[in-house]
Amino acid sequence: MKIVVCIKQVPATGADKRYTDDLRLDRAGVEGIINPLDEYAIEQALRLQDAGIVDTVSYLSMGPEQASEALRRALAMGGDDATLITDPGLAGADEWTTSKVLATALDRLAPDVALMGMASDDARGSLVPGAVAAMRNVPLLSYGAELTVSDGEARVRRLSATGYDWIAAPLPVVATVTDQVGEPRYASLKGIMAAKRKPLEAWSLTDLSLSLADLRGGALTTVTDVRPPEAKPPTERVENLSAAEAAARIADWLVARKLI
Amino acid sequence: MTYLPTPEHEELRAVVRELADERIAPRAPEIDQKAEFPWDLKELLARQDLLGTCFEERHGGTNLDSIGQSIVVEEIARADATTSLIPIVQKLGALPILLAGNDEQKDRYFPRLASGEWLIAFGLTEAAAGSDVASNRMRATRDGDHYVLDGSKRFITHGSVADVLTVFALTDPGAGGRKGMSAFIVEAGTPGFAAPRVEHKMGIRGSPTAELTFDDVRVPVENRLGEEGDGFKIAMATLDRSRLGIAAQAVGIAQGALDAAVAYAADRQQFGQRVVDFQGIQWMLADMASQLEAARQLTYAAAARVDAAASDLPYWTSSAKLVAGDTAMKVTTDAVQVLGGYGYITEYPVERMMRDAKITQLYEGTQQIQRLVIARQLLRRAGIGARPRERRETGA
Repeated sequence: MKIVVCIKQVPATGADKRYTDDLRLDRAGVEGIINPLDEYAIEQALRLQDAGIVDTVSYLSMGPEQASEALRRALAMGGDDATLITDPGLAGADEWTTSKVLATALDRLAPDVALMGMASDDARGSLVPGAVAAMRNVPLLSYGAELTVSDGEARVRRLSATGYDWIAAPLPVVATVTDQVGEPRYASLKGIMAAKRKPLEAWSLTDLSLSLADLRGGALTTVTDVRPPEAKPPTERVENLSAAEAAARIADWLVARKLI
Repeated sequence: MTYLPTPEHEELRAVVRELADERIAPRAPEIDQKAEFPWDLKELLARQDLLGTCFEERHGGTNLDSIGQSIVVEEIARADATTSLIPIVQKLGALPILLAGNDEQKDRYFPRLASGEWLIAFGLTEAAAGSDVASNRMRATRDGDHYVLDGSKRFITHGSVADVLTVFALTDPGAGGRKGMSAFIVEAGTPGFAAPRVEHKMGIRGSPTAELTFDDVRVPVENRLGEEGDGFKIAMATLDRSRLGIAAQAVGIAQGALDAAVAYAADRQQFGQRVVDFQGIQWMLADMASQLEAARQLTYAAAARVDAAASDLPYWTSSAKLVAGDTAMKVTTDAVQVLGGYGYITEYPVERMMRDAKITQLYEGTQQIQRLVIARQLLRRAGIGARPRERRETGA
């Protein structure tokens, strides 16, 4: 039984996000981390491996060369090997291109389960898992609070409005999990040391027998503008007053705006 | 000469910092307030392999170099000084075995220490023998294939939570502490051993500082470290190296206080601007940062000398401990000043850090003892012998 966990390197939460002139995320000098939602997928895969249900946990990522750091960090948490798809032609790839490349790589890696986080922290398109499943013509089990695998079948337990739904599909599948999986483990010191000796392979588009023509130039969509949220008007503060005075002041403010 | 941290050291720092920020820092106020040993964090550190950094891989350790070990201590101390003592004392207690133990002793104890299953403590100080180690009184009398230990110890960090201790006692009282003391491995379960009392302290309040009593404690001869009479030498060699851990702890405490001061000053508004925009505050922060960096670099320089087994390593480790301890005290005091009244109350962590910092000027040799060690090395370099009184060796 083999799981490939697809992970994405994203800028650290809270990092200052800058954009290049063509509105791509400027990754130079920005600390990269494993997309936090992907860590739940890693944790889920490693739990299945710890339980002896899964033999091999591999990682797959697409990104610039520095994304290998995220793969090393994943290998420090556990698992066996990793593959990075990196190619200058993939800069600015959108969800369609990403899905096409990952689907091609997954066809080659042939896992029983391709496991992903439910979304990425930076782009938040949430389209890749579904697109990969469609392109590979395999079932999608999405938003699992838990994933189990047995007897040629994968099941996810999904939080519903009334409780949980159990959804099953024959292997191979694409699956996504949520933070309901439970807290991801920290990499131990021995894990970090062991990760340095685990295989990490880099594939180019040529290695995948893909051309930019196959990818229709690398993106079907274009980001046309990037803007920070509108600044809010300054907050008026009512402080250093007695409760009665403060209440009167707030009431006056609401009356002036015809809110009461 | 390489002078920049290696990528491995940077990665180690990032990993331990993440763990300390997320799991240790939130526990620190409660550990301080309740003065309770953080068993949960001991388990966490054990699980992450952070208690085995000084042990070889064949014993289940990770065998980090001394700079790596310092980084681990530093990053934990940045979040909580009490918790940083768990790896510090794991090494302090094990150092006598690392330095003087035979393979059988190492094979017997190191796997359980490296995994963190067992804690170890270092039992040297007595009520009447602090800096003046040679005036120790505790006795170890040979009786067949055992030694019988009688006496008491005081100020023993983790003495009440350790599963095993390295203990120093006189096998030849007539020869005095310098020549008549021997070192032993004592398991805490041995009949006659007790830790009847722990001290109420100003800082590092979750770290139990215990009084120990030995009432006819029978220790097998094979638990003696080195030869009879080697005890003083083993104790001094241990402290020469363990002081590095205290220097790293002091650097970590200072970094925690500086980070808290910068964050507060950037957030606090007074006179219509951020406090951090006042030049007077910027100068304080700059002094704190530069002094802290000097202490850190001296600590790493000393760490490199420990790994190189330099003949003058006491000069380096004592200098690092002296400078880092004083820096921790100054930086934490200034951090309280930057926070003003908020720095003095328990809502913010800097008052705790200031109380914690004080111990780094006291234990594993007071700052005055560090100066004696440094001066002795200085005179030796200059080819000048110290007068007998100043040559008296001192330690805990």
